[in-house]
Amino acid sequence: MLTQAAEVFTKPNVDYHALAPELVLVGFVIVLALVDSWKLERARAVMPALAGVGLLAVLVPLVTLAADDAPRVLLGGGYVVDSMALVLKALFVIAAYVVVLLSTNYMAEGDYWESEYYTLLLSSVLGMLVMASSRDLIGIFVAFELLSIPSYMLGSWRKGDLKSNEAGLKYYLMGVFATGILLYGMSLAYGLGGSTNLEVIGERIAAMGSDGVPVVTLALLFVIIGFGFKVSAVPFHMWAPDTYEGAPTPVTAFLAVSSKAAGFVALIAVTYFAFIVRTDVIQPAFFVLSAASMTVGNLIAIRQTNVIRMLAYSGIAQAGFMLAPFAVAGSNPEQSLQAVVTYLVIYAAMNLGAFASIIAISRRTRSAELSDLGGLFTYMPGLTTVFTLFLASLIGIPPLGGWWAKFGVFASLVNANTALGWALAIIMALNTAIAAYYYLAVARAMWLDDVPEGADVSPMRTPVSLGFALVVTLVATVLFGVLPQVVNDATSFGVVASGG
Amino acid sequence: MTDFLNDWGLIFVTFLPAVGALVMLAVPKEAEDTHKALAVVFSLAALVMTVLLLIEFDYDAAGSLQFVVDKEWIPLLNSGFILGLDGISLPLLAMTALVVPLCAVYSWDHIPAPGNPKAFLAMILVLETGMLGCFVAQDLILFFVFFEIVLLPMYFLIGVWGGPERKYASIKFFLYTLFGSALLIVAFLSLYFLSAEQTFDMRVLTELGGIDIARTTQILVFGGMFVGFGIKVPMFPFHTWLPDAHTQAPTQGSVILAAVLLKLGTYGFVRIALPFLPEGAQWWAPIIAVLAVIGIIYGALVCLAQTDMKRLIAFSSVAHMGFVMLGIATLTDFGINAAIFGMVAHGLITGLLFFIAGSMKDRYHTLEIKRLGGMLVSAPRLGWILGLTSMASLGLPGLAGFWGEFPAILSAYQPAEMLDETLYRVLMVIAALGTVLAAGYLLWLYQRTSFGTPSEEFADDPAISDVSSVEWIAWAPMIVLIVVLGFLPSIIFDVTNPATTAVVAAATGS
Repeated sequence: MLTQAAEVFTKPNVDYHALAPELVLVGFVIVLALVDSWKLERARAVMPALAGVGLLAVLVPLVTLAADDAPRVLLGGGYVVDSMALVLKALFVIAAYVVVLLSTNYMAEGDYWESEYYTLLLSSVLGMLVMASSRDLIGIFVAFELLSIPSYMLGSWRKGDLKSNEAGLKYYLMGVFATGILLYGMSLAYGLGGSTNLEVIGERIAAMGSDGVPVVTLALLFVIIGFGFKVSAVPFHMWAPDTYEGAPTPVTAFLAVSSKAAGFVALIAVTYFAFIVRTDVIQPAFFVLSAASMTVGNLIAIRQTNVIRMLAYSGIAQAGFMLAPFAVAGSNPEQSLQAVVTYLVIYAAMNLGAFASIIAISRRTRSAELSDLGGLFTYMPGLTTVFTLFLASLIGIPPLGGWWAKFGVFASLVNANTALGWALAIIMALNTAIAAYYYLAVARAMWLDDVPEGADVSPMRTPVSLGFALVVTLVATVLFGVLPQVVNDATSFGVVASGG
Repeated sequence: MTDFLNDWGLIFVTFLPAVGALVMLAVPKEAEDTHKALAVVFSLAALVMTVLLLIEFDYDAAGSLQFVVDKEWIPLLNSGFILGLDGISLPLLAMTALVVPLCAVYSWDHIPAPGNPKAFLAMILVLETGMLGCFVAQDLILFFVFFEIVLLPMYFLIGVWGGPERKYASIKFFLYTLFGSALLIVAFLSLYFLSAEQTFDMRVLTELGGIDIARTTQILVFGGMFVGFGIKVPMFPFHTWLPDAHTQAPTQGSVILAAVLLKLGTYGFVRIALPFLPEGAQWWAPIIAVLAVIGIIYGALVCLAQTDMKRLIAFSSVAHMGFVMLGIATLTDFGINAAIFGMVAHGLITGLLFFIAGSMKDRYHTLEIKRLGGMLVSAPRLGWILGLTSMASLGLPGLAGFWGEFPAILSAYQPAEMLDETLYRVLMVIAALGTVLAAGYLLWLYQRTSFGTPSEEFADDPAISDVSSVEWIAWAPMIVLIVVLGFLPSIIFDVTNPATTAVVAAATGS
């Protein structure tokens, strides 16, 4: 007791510059909440703009940190701001900004509560920013909950709609269930490592050698299952299609892109910073997860008649592509990590673009059913072309971004030169062709089918914010494909630095 | 000027059409005439640039790459933005740059239903960038990107502006080619990881000549390329997408498909598969030769049974591309020279045949052969042009077709020394029979469509007019070239010979 008391509490040395992005965002969350409670209904009009400005303001400290270049380590290695964290934070912020652009008219026209919406959205983004830097089980868990809980509410935002209620409830129940499993896995990991710090856990596991394989396996599997729900990997994907269809479409975009990316960031953290020494456990686990996700997701996607549900299932398949490099994480760590992050960045651009297109299109068609999109090219040629480009990018046709994302995954799998890597590359090649079929089915309906009877084909203006979102995502998608080096430079972190 | 062409020439040629498509995006779709003019202007600009390059080209050094652009692109992969022009690329580049403006001119009063010149012509311009890029790219990844760019515009050209069965035809075309591409990219990646240099630079890969890749691996990787390029050619038995796509595509689509797209496959064999994987090529050559000859005979026999003129021309492509592949499969400079000449000749002749078929369809509203007849009476000039083109297609000496077919057959007499001479000589005889069949189906087609008196159905149809001025402008350059190349084949042979010698040296190690 005496020795413990002698250790006087010393105030940790906080690097405020490193925390500036999070702090700015916290500030704006508070401002949004205050403006809402002060101005009430009159605040509605300024909320989206305020949220957008807040997100853009976060970019400023991100840029200054990036210019600074030196990795910063806080909280005894538990919180790291390095180039990878910065790239991911920028990704989360920009993706959220696009989501705000998508929400602006959708929320205003749908007569939903707006003020809380943006406050919750920004809170969730805050969780993602924390996630990108956390190298500690507790940090990761707190971030995970911070980003999840607001999104449960966002999912059921269309209060009057039964489907939306179902969406939110399903997402909530599944999410809480996953959290329980995750926590159990984390407690096992803590028991193994004697610390919550990922690096320390990794060292302890390495020191154990072949002892305790069952416990390590269990800990890892539980953690993967926990995050597997978030990234909607098969067999933990059941919630995704219903939630995606029922939630307001901008929220769906947010869940499909930002929330999924956050899940991947968590997977990267536990895999690459702690469990990477146990290649024999992680590689087969991810192989199964990846192969199952891409195959099952694709096969179900083929049968969908609703574009948003199709995007949900295709998102499961895309998650499978993104999980593939994990299956060679040990044999080819540097390249596989880069492949995952590259895929995340490009996927965010093209998938947000696809959602933006479908939001803009269904302003006229009032539905996202494939049959209602017939002949769209004849009365909305511009949007049809843009949507087709995003679909082509999702297929992976050069020179659009998607091809480079897929190429990076292929290259990392082939270059690892392991049996699992080769097998997965072949499975992925087959799945790429399957995916082309259903993405093209959408293009085919828009270009080749006849306009359904009674459809309203009068011209309609796309709102400025939505148009801007389309431009941003399209430029990013094309740029990443034509000059892949841009995204490459940003995602080449060199040898994985665990815990700084 | 020389400096400018050296540094920027190929970039301008390749991307001018794409710039044109972007400009067209900014113009509202109601301004139909503006769109037509823009398409003509930008495709002509690419042609003018090509002509300038042709003038500046050093024909004494046709075997080496000229106007090389070498910029960093994806350093991570050692993949560069490398363009270059040599004797193999040059005729194909020139033909592509010529055919597209002709299609644009033809579109002046031939926009197929359901209209919308803006989208139609923008697609064609994007397509042109893809095709031109393929012929000048000197980096495998860059080549692959251009190779894929071609897919979507063609899919939409067939799917939106095509005939009644367009949906089926377009998806068949797309899935077939995408499947081939998937194998191609795996083959390219394995080339990259297997070779010691770890590069996609085609110049380096040619030099290496697969030196550090084991024979069995070479055979496997060549197999991937064989399927990938073979689908595009198309070689028997991968040809089934072609008749559907050709028959359903709008006229301009058919012309581009026949004149240029098919050549991407054969060009791939000559430029990539043969020199990079010599031992694989030697193992596969007899198989390719046999399939090529099957294609010649099978294509010709199927032609004899066709009742639709456009479908007949489509199947004749299978036969003609068979001659090209036979020339390539001999692995001799003689055969490959013939193959390249064959590509250009087939591009001009079959392209023109599709133009004529399209114009006939506009007049008769059908291409069913037994309902046609007496075109020499009702539209004599159109009839004469069809006659000339048919003669060229069947390989009449003095016209371009002859120099694609005859040397290809002749080259099979003396294949490269490691190949089985007897097999090739047997194939030569069978291929020669193919030319007789070709004469048969083409003359019979001509006879049934043009001779005699017009059938009652069309006897007094005022729609059946003779060649219009737009058609004259679009067709005249092709007609002139068919005749000129027929008399002066050395124009092309002199350019290709130094380059093919280099390919053959790489592919046979001699």
